[in-house]
Amino acid sequence: MTLAEITYREALRQALREEMLRDERVFLLGEDIGAYGGSYAVTKGFLEEFGEKRVKDTPISETAIVGAATGAAMAGLRPVAEIMTINFMLVAIDQVINHAAKVHYMFGGQFRCPMVVRTVGGGRRLAATHSQNLEVLMAHIPGLKVVAPATPYDAKGMLKAAIRDDDPVIFIEHSLLYGTRGPVPDEDYVVPIGVSDVKRRGRDVTIVAYSRMTREALAAADELARQGIEAEVVDLRTLRPLDMGPVLDSVARTNRVVVAGEDWRSFGIGAEVAARIQEEAFDDLDAPVFRVNQLEVPAPYAANMERLAFPGSRQIVEACLQLLNAPAAAFAG
Amino acid sequence: MSADRQKVASVPSQRSKDQFLELYRQMVLIRRFEERAAEAYTQGKIGGFLHLAIGEEPANVGVMAALRSDDDVFTHYRSHGQALARGMDPKAVMAELFGRATGVSKGRGGSMHLASLEHHFWGGYAIVGGHIPMAVGMAVAHQYTGSDRVVVCIFGDGAVNTGAFHEALNMAGVWRLPIVFVVSNNLYGMGTAINRSSAVTEVYKRAAAYNMPGVRANGNDVLETEATVREAVEKARAGEGPSLVELMTYRFRGHSMADPELYRSKEEVEQWKARDPIAAFRRRLEEEGIATAAEFEAIDRRVAETVDEAVRFANESPEPDPATLFDHVYVNP
Repeated sequence: MTLAEITYREALRQALREEMLRDERVFLLGEDIGAYGGSYAVTKGFLEEFGEKRVKDTPISETAIVGAATGAAMAGLRPVAEIMTINFMLVAIDQVINHAAKVHYMFGGQFRCPMVVRTVGGGRRLAATHSQNLEVLMAHIPGLKVVAPATPYDAKGMLKAAIRDDDPVIFIEHSLLYGTRGPVPDEDYVVPIGVSDVKRRGRDVTIVAYSRMTREALAAADELARQGIEAEVVDLRTLRPLDMGPVLDSVARTNRVVVAGEDWRSFGIGAEVAARIQEEAFDDLDAPVFRVNQLEVPAPYAANMERLAFPGSRQIVEACLQLLNAPAAAFAG
Repeated sequence: MSADRQKVASVPSQRSKDQFLELYRQMVLIRRFEERAAEAYTQGKIGGFLHLAIGEEPANVGVMAALRSDDDVFTHYRSHGQALARGMDPKAVMAELFGRATGVSKGRGGSMHLASLEHHFWGGYAIVGGHIPMAVGMAVAHQYTGSDRVVVCIFGDGAVNTGAFHEALNMAGVWRLPIVFVVSNNLYGMGTAINRSSAVTEVYKRAAAYNMPGVRANGNDVLETEATVREAVEKARAGEGPSLVELMTYRFRGHSMADPELYRSKEEVEQWKARDPIAAFRRRLEEEGIATAAEFEAIDRRVAETVDEAVRFANESPEPDPATLFDHVYVNP
């Protein structure tokens, strides 16, 4: 096995291409994925390689895209739909929540929906309706699997796992991750859905993150290390089903946790993780669970305002320092 | 009825007596089944919503008679009649209404969510218009695999003003998919008359916007319905693309059991009841000397036994085992 340093985008391209070569049932549909090459260039060249049958440019009809993927999946195919950005998932949300997530259960297990919907969160300088992080809307729904990988290795392995999965999977990419690089093996592998991953070991504080915030958490851990603090970084990778095992193991050792997400704080992923920690590891905590999130405003366009609104490694470092510097007694009743 | 509608000649000579009597049997079965369901509802045996199609039996039976057993049906929440006409076991359908483990959807769906994989009956759906894109997806799959199966998607006149209708029919038109859209136009979307909700009340004319043929037929005539749908289905099977078929019909009962019917007059309902399509069909067959009163009465007796048996079966069936509550949320949890 050899490892190559490739981008997150290239990792996704490899996963899609390899799965299409491996399984005739896999096909792609979405807006501008073919002739245009994909708005984030993930499917560039696919139309030329696979033809119109397997790379379907669709009308601007998000409801029909997800609905068609659901119906094709029920018929036994393995569609991979692309919804150009996660903001447009809102147009298709009836198909996602009322249909794709329900067809297996509602009819007593007779039908299956092995489809993947790829979409992208986290724009910059795109203002209020093109910069959202709406993963929590889908992570809330029994019947869906929701993944948000942070590294090229995970992106490739999890997209392959998603395509091979028999349930509907919402696969959330991040616009700022496409150009990031990491090692990816040249052999076939999958990263299982529903397994969190410790991305860095540390004894002093646990940082729980996913998607782009995992990278920010690793950068924060580097900075903290320079200050003599060893942070452990747990990457959730999958938001539903949520694997709390590595988080709870970590909390048992560090006793302090920061949960970092690019979503809004209220009712968000961090709220769920914090609630699970207090339910399952209350006695391990020396302090309240801290959260780092996007501030609770629609994304502003102006660069300075936007920088204020979105979280990064600096906010994670600050949260960890605040958590560690306060004496335990400060949190006692 | 519009002059544009499909003209269907009286075709008794092309069919056997048994076939006519079978159409009659199915319509009577639906009528008696739904009357008993209404009774069970008032006794508290059936919960939630119960939407009856009494008066619309020829539209239910005519569509199913036009299909091959491996063609695929997607339909809406007023689907007891379609399920029975498709050949699903009345016992299992009634048990589903009763919420029993022996129901067609194992008690998970209820009246609005009947389904049977064996009968290629892909479900009744209850978000108005929401199933139309999924039906398109199954037609995508048939085109993809080169199958000669045809999808029939049934919905009411209320569904034609949803975005899902527009997106789905456009996609089917662009891709020339093997699908027939059947709108059962009973003149009311819940309690709103079609002329108060649709700018163009002749739904079949909308087909022009999607570059597909649109035809209107008398949905209260089972033979005309069957012939019209059959022509559209065979066109689709031959690779000639989708069609929109509008079946004019009328429901004798309210939208659901909870409907006080303030939006239409008793006189209007009585006028339609006076033209009861089942009685008219029977009269026609008697007048043309195809069957005798004694033969119809024998069928009526058999149907009464079938429905008695269905109610008994549903009553005696167990509720779903609580241990199975989480079954079928995922194929691979």
